[in-house]
Amino acid sequence: MTTSAEPVDHQSSNRGPQWRAIWGAFSQNRAVPIAGSLLLVLILLVLFAPLLAPYDPYALGSGSRLGGHSFRNIMGADNLGRDVFSRLLWGGRVSIFVGFSAAFATTVLGLLVGTISGYLGGWVDDILMRFTETFMVIPRFFLALIIVAFFGASIWNIIFAISILTWPVTARIVRSEFLTLRTRQFVDAAHVIGTKRSTIIFREILPNAIGVVVVNASLLTAQAMLLEAGLSYLGLGDPSLVTWGRMLYEAQPFLRQAWWMAVYPGLGIFLSVLTLNLLGDGLNDVLNPRSSEIHRTGL
Amino acid sequence: MNATPENTNGLLRVSDLRTYLDVPSGVVKAVDGVSLEVNRKEAVALVGESGSGKSMTALTIIRLQPVVARILSGEILLNDVDLLKLDTASMCDLRGTEVAMVFQDPMTYLNPVMRAGAQVAEVVLEHQDVSKGEARSQVLDAFERVGIPSPRRVYDSYPHQLSGGMRQRVLIAMAISCRPSLLIADEPTTALDVTIQAQIMDLLAHLREELQNALFLITHDIGLVAEHCDRIYIMYAGQIVEHADTFTLFAEPKHPYTEGLLRSTLSPDKRVEVFETIEGQVPNPTDMPSGCRFHPRCPHVKDICREESPPSLDLGEGRMVACWLYE
Amino acid sequence: MAGDYPLLRYSVRRILQAVPLIFWVVIINFTIIHLAPGDPAIYLASVTEATPEAYAELRKEFGLDKPLYVQMGIYLWKLLHLDLGYSTWHNSPVLGVILDRLPATMLLMATAFSIASLMGVVLGVIASRYSYSVGDHLATLASLAGYSMPIFWLGQLLILFFALYLDWLPSQGMYSMRGVEPGWPAVLDVLKHLLLPAITYATYHMTLVFRITRGKMQETLAQDFILTAKSKGLNERRVLYRHALRNALLPVVTVIGINFAYVMAGSVFTETVFGWPGMGRLIFESITARDYPMILGIFLVVSMMIVLANLITDILYAMIDPRVAYN
Repeated sequence: MTTSAEPVDHQSSNRGPQWRAIWGAFSQNRAVPIAGSLLLVLILLVLFAPLLAPYDPYALGSGSRLGGHSFRNIMGADNLGRDVFSRLLWGGRVSIFVGFSAAFATTVLGLLVGTISGYLGGWVDDILMRFTETFMVIPRFFLALIIVAFFGASIWNIIFAISILTWPVTARIVRSEFLTLRTRQFVDAAHVIGTKRSTIIFREILPNAIGVVVVNASLLTAQAMLLEAGLSYLGLGDPSLVTWGRMLYEAQPFLRQAWWMAVYPGLGIFLSVLTLNLLGDGLNDVLNPRSSEIHRTGL
Repeated sequence: MNATPENTNGLLRVSDLRTYLDVPSGVVKAVDGVSLEVNRKEAVALVGESGSGKSMTALTIIRLQPVVARILSGEILLNDVDLLKLDTASMCDLRGTEVAMVFQDPMTYLNPVMRAGAQVAEVVLEHQDVSKGEARSQVLDAFERVGIPSPRRVYDSYPHQLSGGMRQRVLIAMAISCRPSLLIADEPTTALDVTIQAQIMDLLAHLREELQNALFLITHDIGLVAEHCDRIYIMYAGQIVEHADTFTLFAEPKHPYTEGLLRSTLSPDKRVEVFETIEGQVPNPTDMPSGCRFHPRCPHVKDICREESPPSLDLGEGRMVACWLYE
Repeated sequence: MAGDYPLLRYSVRRILQAVPLIFWVVIINFTIIHLAPGDPAIYLASVTEATPEAYAELRKEFGLDKPLYVQMGIYLWKLLHLDLGYSTWHNSPVLGVILDRLPATMLLMATAFSIASLMGVVLGVIASRYSYSVGDHLATLASLAGYSMPIFWLGQLLILFFALYLDWLPSQGMYSMRGVEPGWPAVLDVLKHLLLPAITYATYHMTLVFRITRGKMQETLAQDFILTAKSKGLNERRVLYRHALRNALLPVVTVIGINFAYVMAGSVFTETVFGWPGMGRLIFESITARDYPMILGIFLVVSMMIVLANLITDILYAMIDPRVAYN
């Protein structure tokens, strides 16, 4: 199938990222703009929580205990009489903050280790990769649970636990990206004309690897939000802060009396995670177009 | 499926075939108005650089072009039946029995988790009403025919346990197991060692004598076809640029591209790549040059070559060339 | 395989590779006990309000006054004798409590896991066959939704609708409070309780299997040997199931096996939502009760199970795919 593979090769052998091709794919992709604007709306909503929320999320007696939907409490009130809508907005702030910070920390750590490992190669690479391998086999969720259970359920411990457990995956992705890019012609050419190492990394390799890293970061944010919600649901959330996961934890005993306590915060997690996953998948389609379709034959 | 009276010798006739591929960067005119013929028991070669569209031509003939491909026009007559008009089930019936294909790379074209024998037996069981034991003995026969030294051992081996040459023999056995009248071989030796290349070519010639099938050989190596094929089609950038019988083509090539190809083969260092001898590069498939597609690389280029594509000129005795030099 | 046994060699090698992993987990446990704020005795025996004498007793038992490596030795020695510590909360050894809870987890997981795996694979194959059709897009979107939903929220929604609103099924526990007659009524009672948690977990797991199967099938369908299979004249179903699925299934099984950790995490949430008296629920209870030895014990047992699951997957893979053991 040489012939059919040809067009793909033509693209990839060119130098540097194909901005025009990427833009072309962007304009055809519907998932990215939809998910992107949804995410923006979510972020704006929680960012302006202080202005939008009608009540203090922690204030008791903003509504009647377990009171249903009303003009006073448009999403009802919880078992302590707190306004669910206000808690939803403020809770989203923390949930999304945890998601982004953990993803950010993970990405920085992963980029650092992956770059070192992928660019230097040799024994440095060997040691770092062995290390990440062992890290990856340990059940992440359970270890996060233990770290938070033993070291205290503060928001920083949660972010720490999530990022310390997820960076090896990012590091390996960055490294493999480096290994393939390092051998490409344009990097060779840069070597030949005597470009400095740091210049090669920052000008030639990283811009090319950035697509994969962005996709990964988007998916990581989603994962981190789910992990935080999971820990909070098991009662390991930061007790001084409201998050969507914590709201679900509090809702569990009152499912019979107050369904609104469970439905809205869950919807918040679900929509944010779905949006982030859609964005990640969409970006992936745009930045790494599937060549497999070109090889596939009909019947 | 009887042959028509006026041309009892004709087996495959392709006319004005166009297969375009929709890829992210545009439309690739992989096969652009190709016409060719293969007669019964004849060996015909289709020669061109990689990317010229020769493999796509072959895949379109057995209707296994990629899903992104569109067939814009053309007719593919096999025994006077237009394959492009057949429904899927009838096409499946023809594959393996009337027309079979041997592919390029024996490493990747065998199913890695099935034993070699079972993969060949599958063809027999699909097309013939035989028992499993009967199929097995037919496969062992075919293995012997293609020169596999210990058929029984190979039958029970997985592909990764076999050498490249042995795997290619298994693929050939698979293709001939139902005795097709047309065997299409797409670069059957490219992935193999030089010594094994010769063996496989001899095997294909020998099988043709024995089984009386026609051979349609697709290759980039014009040197390979000299002793094995009766006629040659030269393909460039999706189009047939010259056609002649082997002797004439080697003796007096007409098209400047053919001349270039021959020069590269005749040069003492056989490994020199074609595009190093012919100046310039294969054109970008999504953005073909205007006029004659070869004009940017042609040493004899004229003004008209840049504007209009040359017509296919009939030079008599079955010779064809598409070049303004002979207008 | 003449003379040597690649599969056996491979298995032994994999088992040897698994041993250091178990050590890793033990070391992590030990490190956490010593790094966490407060007296390690608290974490080793879950005593919060003990007399000074009892404290002294504990410190002596675990050698907390001795150097760290001695403490590590004592800890390991106890583990080797299957002594995972003592839970003051349950007033019995940790391992015993865990083993008591295991059967309930097994019942829930085995049911949900097998149904979901089967359905996920079948739907994945169908989706890959009709790639990029409307149905495929919808199924992919639905699976993405399932994948993005916190599993415990899905459980809560199912409880709200089926148990509380429609009042068809029980929402909590494994048995009815009132007690039912032994025999068939009791079995039926358990099944009724099983239904919602099983659906919850199965939905989550199915989306995972579906996504992997669809992806792997798409990859496999683009491979060369699929073209060979089609060129043999096999019909679509044969190509899809005999050639593509056989190759795609191996990575699917591996991914499921390697992600056994997700399976266990899923069980924690499902059991917590539905008050299912298994090992997952035990974690939740232990966190609430600050039963530290129990939490560590479960982590250890779960890690062992995961290492074991990975090991079994690897060896199974080598048994099915002839290429693995030879490398």
